[in-house]
Amino acid sequence: MDTSSMDKDLITLSNASLGVISPVKTADSLKIRQRLRRSYRQIKTENVFRRVLVLMGWVMVVLVLGILFTLVLESVPSIRALGAGYLWGKTWDPVQDVYGAYPFLLGTLLTSFLALIISIPFSIAVAIFLGEYYPEGWLPNLLKNTVELIAAVPSVIYGFWGLAVLVPIVRGWETKLGVQPVGVGILSSSLILAVMIIPYAASLGRSMIQMVPSPLKEAAYSLGATRWEVIRSVIIPYTKSGLFAGILLSLGRALGETMAVTMVIGNTSIIPKNIFSPGNTMASVIANEFTEADKPVYLSALIELGLVLFLVTVVINMIGKRVISRFTNE
Amino acid sequence: MTPSNIKYRIGKSRGFQVLTITLAFACVIPLLAILGFIIEAGITKINWHFLVNVPKPVGETGGGIANALLGTLIIILVAALIAIPIGILCGVYLSENKKSRLAYWSRLCVDILQGVPSIVVGIVAYFWLVKPLGGFSALSGSVALAIMMLPIVIRSTEETLKLLPDTLKEAAFALGMPFHRVILKVIIPCGISGILSGVMLSIARVAGETAPLLFTAFGNPYLSANLTKPMQSLPLLIFNYATSPYNDWHDLAWGASLILLVFVLMLNIFTKLITRKWKVQL
Repeated sequence: MDTSSMDKDLITLSNASLGVISPVKTADSLKIRQRLRRSYRQIKTENVFRRVLVLMGWVMVVLVLGILFTLVLESVPSIRALGAGYLWGKTWDPVQDVYGAYPFLLGTLLTSFLALIISIPFSIAVAIFLGEYYPEGWLPNLLKNTVELIAAVPSVIYGFWGLAVLVPIVRGWETKLGVQPVGVGILSSSLILAVMIIPYAASLGRSMIQMVPSPLKEAAYSLGATRWEVIRSVIIPYTKSGLFAGILLSLGRALGETMAVTMVIGNTSIIPKNIFSPGNTMASVIANEFTEADKPVYLSALIELGLVLFLVTVVINMIGKRVISRFTNE
Repeated sequence: MTPSNIKYRIGKSRGFQVLTITLAFACVIPLLAILGFIIEAGITKINWHFLVNVPKPVGETGGGIANALLGTLIIILVAALIAIPIGILCGVYLSENKKSRLAYWSRLCVDILQGVPSIVVGIVAYFWLVKPLGGFSALSGSVALAIMMLPIVIRSTEETLKLLPDTLKEAAFALGMPFHRVILKVIIPCGISGILSGVMLSIARVAGETAPLLFTAFGNPYLSANLTKPMQSLPLLIFNYATSPYNDWHDLAWGASLILLVFVLMLNIFTKLITRKWKVQL
């Protein structure tokens, strides 16, 4: 349809809509009216769709703020009743209405950092192996996929395996060392956690190491450096912040891990004396006692632990993400 | 430089290489140990009877995990129904609005949500759904799992759509297609492989989650398909039976562990094959 005839039709159409009796009612004008109506409808749908998309953007913000708000609101009774001393209180005895979170804070920190220390050599080794020594080939590929599968195994299965296999082994060590042989405790949970968090630091470290510019490495090689010297004085310094971020992300995982730890840590709410003694982490005490909490302050104290856990993991993850984005933008 | 010095340096380099390779491959040992142990302990427990019966009370041998299988299926299905549409649309929003302020905050919240410990999600779902509805329910468990699925689905959608060339969208607009049709009929179908693998990855991740279900779906020793009542699921069953003192229940838990493990690993491997075949980057 050429422009002039379209204009004519539009004039007819507007006359019709204004109530002016059109001189001729052709089949063409009807068709145009239909087409206009259809495009109006499409514009309307388009606007609705755009609004739905924006709404979805809001959903995430509301969700996170809602989580924070709920946790704060529900822990108000405990904050009001116990104050800030709650976090340093050394006894946890719900029967006597005494609540102190220190044993759980200590338990969480001990298990997470011990796990981190055990896992770092392994995850860095995987990162260097896959990033520098053998980036290509079927064997490295297999290793990469297998290490990623470590993260896929459900934590409850780690816990069950730990209970059935690892705890007796640890008990054997304890008998040999002459400590009370309980098996369950900080050490067992740290060992399980160490396995679980290897993939996080490893996969991030690998991608960071692969991003080291090859001219830097070639320059070092041309000066006569050996492979180890290149790794130590070029690759590690260059990827330092990236490796650090990977370790932070693993720490975030370790702090929040619940099921595997709950199953092997022994669940006693006393301050752990050494790495062999049973204990409790913040997550495990919530998992164990949440449905049993019969007093409002008891329940609220548990939720306050959840709030602390939430805030700590958020801060750690944010720092980690910030470091990564700064590294990749450089 | 003396030759002995060079030999020493090369030796050190070799030594470090051997150490790295040893440590790297040592990581595989625990996984193999777990796989081997679970397969050995679980394979003998699994038979037809195991799959179609509910657990027997303590003291009676036999029984199965039909209630947990059905429960896991229902809970995950409902969670996916909640999380997939919201996740994909939110991912589309983030990839369409790269610079807006809301997108910045939204992206930050997705990052935060990804790191939230699963037990915290359980607590929150308890206060949002279990308490107002007056009891533990499968629906609240599904919502908790959906919250955990969202960041993975959103991220994979956003990353996939970002990789699509702008010309694709421009061509569609030039043909006069309205915005929603461009997204639904051109952009999403083009990125479907990446979105799909994100969805599968998220399902694989939440299938083994126990902590969010402890205070929501709660567990149920009987067969139930009612969304408003407590429901058993595989991870819950494993946790409850593994920490019980009864050997019969341990046997059930080993069988259930094997099924859960195979399911989760299969989903992961399948996703990996898809991403490799369609060259998706996650």
